[in-house]
Amino acid sequence: MNRKIAAAVLLAAVAGGTAVHASAQEKVLRVVPHSNLSILDPIWTTQFMARNHGYMIYDTLFGTDEKNRVQPQMVDKWTVSPDNRLWTFTLRPGLEFHDGKPVTGEDVVASIARWGKRDAMGQKLMTFVERMDAPAPNTFRIFLREACGIMLEALGKPSSNVPFIMPKRVADTPADKQIEEYIGSGPYIFKRDEFKPGDKAVYVKNPKYEPRKEAPSGTAGGKFVYVDRVEWNLALRDAQAQVNALAKGEVDVLERPAFESYEQLKKADGVVLVNKDPLGFQYMARFNHLHPPFNNPKVRQAALAAMQQEPFLRAQVGIKEYYKACPSMFTCGTPYGSAKGSDIQSKSNMKKAQELLKASGYDGTPVVILKPTDLAAIQKLPDVAAQLLRQAGFKVDLQAMDWNTVVSRRAKKEPPAQGGWNIFLTAWLAPDVWNPLTNAAIGADGEKSWFGWPKDEAIEKLRDQFARETDEAKKKALAEAIQVRAFEIGTHAPLGEYVNPLAARKNITGWVIGSGDIYWNVKKN
Amino acid sequence: MDTQALSVESANIARRESAWQRLQQHWSVRIGGAVLILLVLAALCAPWLGTVDPTLFDAASRDLRPGQSGEITTLDGELIKHQFLMGSDSFGRDIYSRVVYGTRVSLLVGIATAVLALAFGIVFGLSSGYLRWLDGPLMRVMDGLMAIPAILLAITLVAMWRASLVTVVVAIAITEVPRVTRLVRSLVLSIREEPYVEAAVSLGTSTLRIMFGHILPNCIAPLIVQGTYICASAILVEAILSFLGVGLPPDIPTWGNIMSEGRVQFMAYPHNLFFPGVFLAVTVLAVNILGDGLRDTLDPKMARRL
Amino acid sequence: MYTFILRRLLSTIPVLLVVAVLVFLMLRLTPGDPAAILAGDAASTEQIAQIRSSLGLNRSIPVQFGIWAGNLLQGEFGRSYFYKMEVTQLIAQRIEPTLALATLTIVIAVLVSVPLGVLAAWRFGGWFDRALMGFSVLGFSVPVFVLAYLLIWIMSLKLGWFPVQGYKRLADGFWPFLHHLILPAITLSVIYIALIARVTRASVLEALGEDYIRTARAKGLPEARVLMRHALANAAVPIATVIGIGIALLIGGVVVTESVYAIPGLGRLTVDAVLARDFPTVQAVILLFSFAYVVINLLVDMSYVVFDPRIRY
Repeated sequence: MNRKIAAAVLLAAVAGGTAVHASAQEKVLRVVPHSNLSILDPIWTTQFMARNHGYMIYDTLFGTDEKNRVQPQMVDKWTVSPDNRLWTFTLRPGLEFHDGKPVTGEDVVASIARWGKRDAMGQKLMTFVERMDAPAPNTFRIFLREACGIMLEALGKPSSNVPFIMPKRVADTPADKQIEEYIGSGPYIFKRDEFKPGDKAVYVKNPKYEPRKEAPSGTAGGKFVYVDRVEWNLALRDAQAQVNALAKGEVDVLERPAFESYEQLKKADGVVLVNKDPLGFQYMARFNHLHPPFNNPKVRQAALAAMQQEPFLRAQVGIKEYYKACPSMFTCGTPYGSAKGSDIQSKSNMKKAQELLKASGYDGTPVVILKPTDLAAIQKLPDVAAQLLRQAGFKVDLQAMDWNTVVSRRAKKEPPAQGGWNIFLTAWLAPDVWNPLTNAAIGADGEKSWFGWPKDEAIEKLRDQFARETDEAKKKALAEAIQVRAFEIGTHAPLGEYVNPLAARKNITGWVIGSGDIYWNVKKN
Repeated sequence: MDTQALSVESANIARRESAWQRLQQHWSVRIGGAVLILLVLAALCAPWLGTVDPTLFDAASRDLRPGQSGEITTLDGELIKHQFLMGSDSFGRDIYSRVVYGTRVSLLVGIATAVLALAFGIVFGLSSGYLRWLDGPLMRVMDGLMAIPAILLAITLVAMWRASLVTVVVAIAITEVPRVTRLVRSLVLSIREEPYVEAAVSLGTSTLRIMFGHILPNCIAPLIVQGTYICASAILVEAILSFLGVGLPPDIPTWGNIMSEGRVQFMAYPHNLFFPGVFLAVTVLAVNILGDGLRDTLDPKMARRL
Repeated sequence: MYTFILRRLLSTIPVLLVVAVLVFLMLRLTPGDPAAILAGDAASTEQIAQIRSSLGLNRSIPVQFGIWAGNLLQGEFGRSYFYKMEVTQLIAQRIEPTLALATLTIVIAVLVSVPLGVLAAWRFGGWFDRALMGFSVLGFSVPVFVLAYLLIWIMSLKLGWFPVQGYKRLADGFWPFLHHLILPAITLSVIYIALIARVTRASVLEALGEDYIRTARAKGLPEARVLMRHALANAAVPIATVIGIGIALLIGGVVVTESVYAIPGLGRLTVDAVLARDFPTVQAVILLFSFAYVVINLLVDMSYVVFDPRIRY
């Protein structure tokens, strides 16, 4: 109880009261995020907004730099036993939570355990883990049943879910309930008393945070903070209004402008476009393997042949410099981004698709495509899919609904006519799809896998091997084999990659190159 | 001023009033009616007015200014040249075609909502006015419905169900039924007391016959007027629903849809909002003017109230 | 008088009950599962089912209603499914912008429309009258958001007189508060100016045709006095009625305006809550709006006593 009061006092002292009037000296960064912040538990949900919120107030054990190498963050050094089964980590000195308590190994162990119950890659990691403990306050150990090659990749993964470190009492919250306390050890402190859902979220600089000495890179390196306050404007959701506000200087940053806005942004005075995330995103179309017509692999192949990446990218993104076709299910330009096996999609044409469809015995069952009406970033994809599939000879039933309804419907295993679906489309951040373990669409364990529920033992075996493999060359080969098989059975259709540069006022500098939306190191001059 | 001059003056005012009213009647009904007939014709003849399939798009023809030419890919895969009279949207769809086809949907939404609301309102109003035991509970329900803000009710219904033409029409109609019910009920209550109704009752005429044969014919005039206002309101509400993202799915072109999709780049490409907006305003204006004219002609008593 | 008020207040109870039942049923009988949304992207069917039961959604509808109504009577409106805070707290945060916008809109609308209507009635048949009638029909034919974009383009971007968007709390200073609110209020008031001006014109016109006006003029009273003291006062009842209707309709218009101008008010809260299937919030806000509607109607009816001494309750 005293600790809570101390925390409140500390927060109040740092905040300086509730009357919000930025003094002349105080630097406030006004950000317009890409969506509303509703869920504040980044382990509970994979929503990017929750993850971004997490990056503000929490810290991670490892990070991934802009060259996609895992680097230590909270961890100082670590050792691995010769049989690869005992990992011992030592934390950096001086790590403290916002309530003043030091970060201990117990906090870390509890946090990893909770994350390991929700995250796909974390769950995979946990299957190898026998137990974890914290022999000393600044040390923690992980005992493995057998060697696995994904320890650092998992602990350092940049995107949802990120293994953020929380105090033990918070991390002990059951994994199926949301946390209610938002205390972390990160570079910013969450001003809970100023949080107004749908209106704004406020973060202030953590004066006690000790960044690493290295330069920031991706989610690794030193998290230096050069502004006093960051305000997320959650009320400004109209895209044209966002552009107008940035042009007039009423806000500082548009996190992810709509593609149609770029033309105006380029012409606006005092506004620059920053491509801080060159790896960007990947679009994908997911088939429902449980029901006709996509329970027939030949039909899936015909669909893959019809759904060329160019039309999707051109329609949705439109700006040539911002997109590229990538014949890989994993991110092009990363270790596992090879083109092997992708010919069915990348070297096809509409005629071939039509032939494949005829040969597959497709009986005219309409394809129900879920189309979200309120997500500008993927809004046009379903229309393109409908057009291409129709040209190939499919019957298409394009159904429009808001994104939340899409989310509820895609979880339904009923037939399309009873509230189910055949195809939905979505976008992922590059790190979410760049290897066979984080890529949710590759998992083929039937009803236990991601929405779409493909079932293929070969892929699952290869994924298991991949998790155990420690040799990089062998991992690459395994990833290729997985991809070949995935294209063969048509788990899903990758639809190309794109970047979504942020728009900011000229006087905002210090953008960190890497995946995700990162607000440390940002300067307001 | 002497009283004689005053009375002459007031007589002049009265005459001016009736002459001007007559002028206005003709003027309103004529203009409003003419515009609407034109729109209905445009809606019916949409395929022959130089339009293409409004759902066809081609990324190469995005964001063309009004009057520019471009290409469209048909479903069979062939490329046709087309002049975009009203420009194209960010998909590459022809706004002119969408606006013309959108006339169909907007008019359909307006008329269907009015008909549906009137039908249910008449049934409820007649029952409520004539059957005393039903009056209390039914009017409580109607009061409750009226208390819920119409837009919120419509949004909730459409968002909860599926975005389709039927859902939107039903949702908007539900919000309009209470007012029609009240109108019919008050008319019924006043007409019930008329001698010819009492005579019919004493002759043993069935309740149904009295309701539909005697009472209803006297409600026709104010109902028609109310119907036009419902139509105008429905067209506007549909546009607002589309604007908020809970209207008809975008592959059914409605003026609200076109504006909703175009709002992202309003400043750069105002034609996305301008053309459907003008059509919307003109249509609603025409319906309102028609309604005013009809009201003045058919039901001068109501004219006092509005 | 007081028995009238009491009777009216009592009669609101069945109305609110009807509203409560209607809204409750609407939300639960239509497809849309808050549990699936809450569960997140990678949830399994079991997790979704777990959340449903923790929210109490797996029980029968009458039971759910009973629980909710019971809590309501104790003053508890429930907890938002998404925001981890009491619904009352959520509403309290968002009520100020909506109230401010609505109030300013009504003030502008009444201050502009009543004089216009009186003027039009006085100069009946003249160019001003016809112009007003024409513009008023236009006023409620153009959708609010089109008007909003137009005004933003002209007054904010081209002329730079007003900010493009946003809301400043009253606590942060009166001028910024007003400055941010003017454009949205003007946008929203147009339709009400149109409506109220028309009714004002019609009722003043009717009043001007009455005998007592002739008498007043015959007495030699100045025209202004005739208009204000006699005509307008007697026309007040229908004008008050339409103002009351206008306030009730205002709630709908507020939704769109808040959306375009990025004002974090109750209108946006409701739309977001409906889309997120946040049942407790939707129920509470709609109940609140309905209650406001009923109270406003009562106030309007009571105002008749002030305007028309013949009316006695």
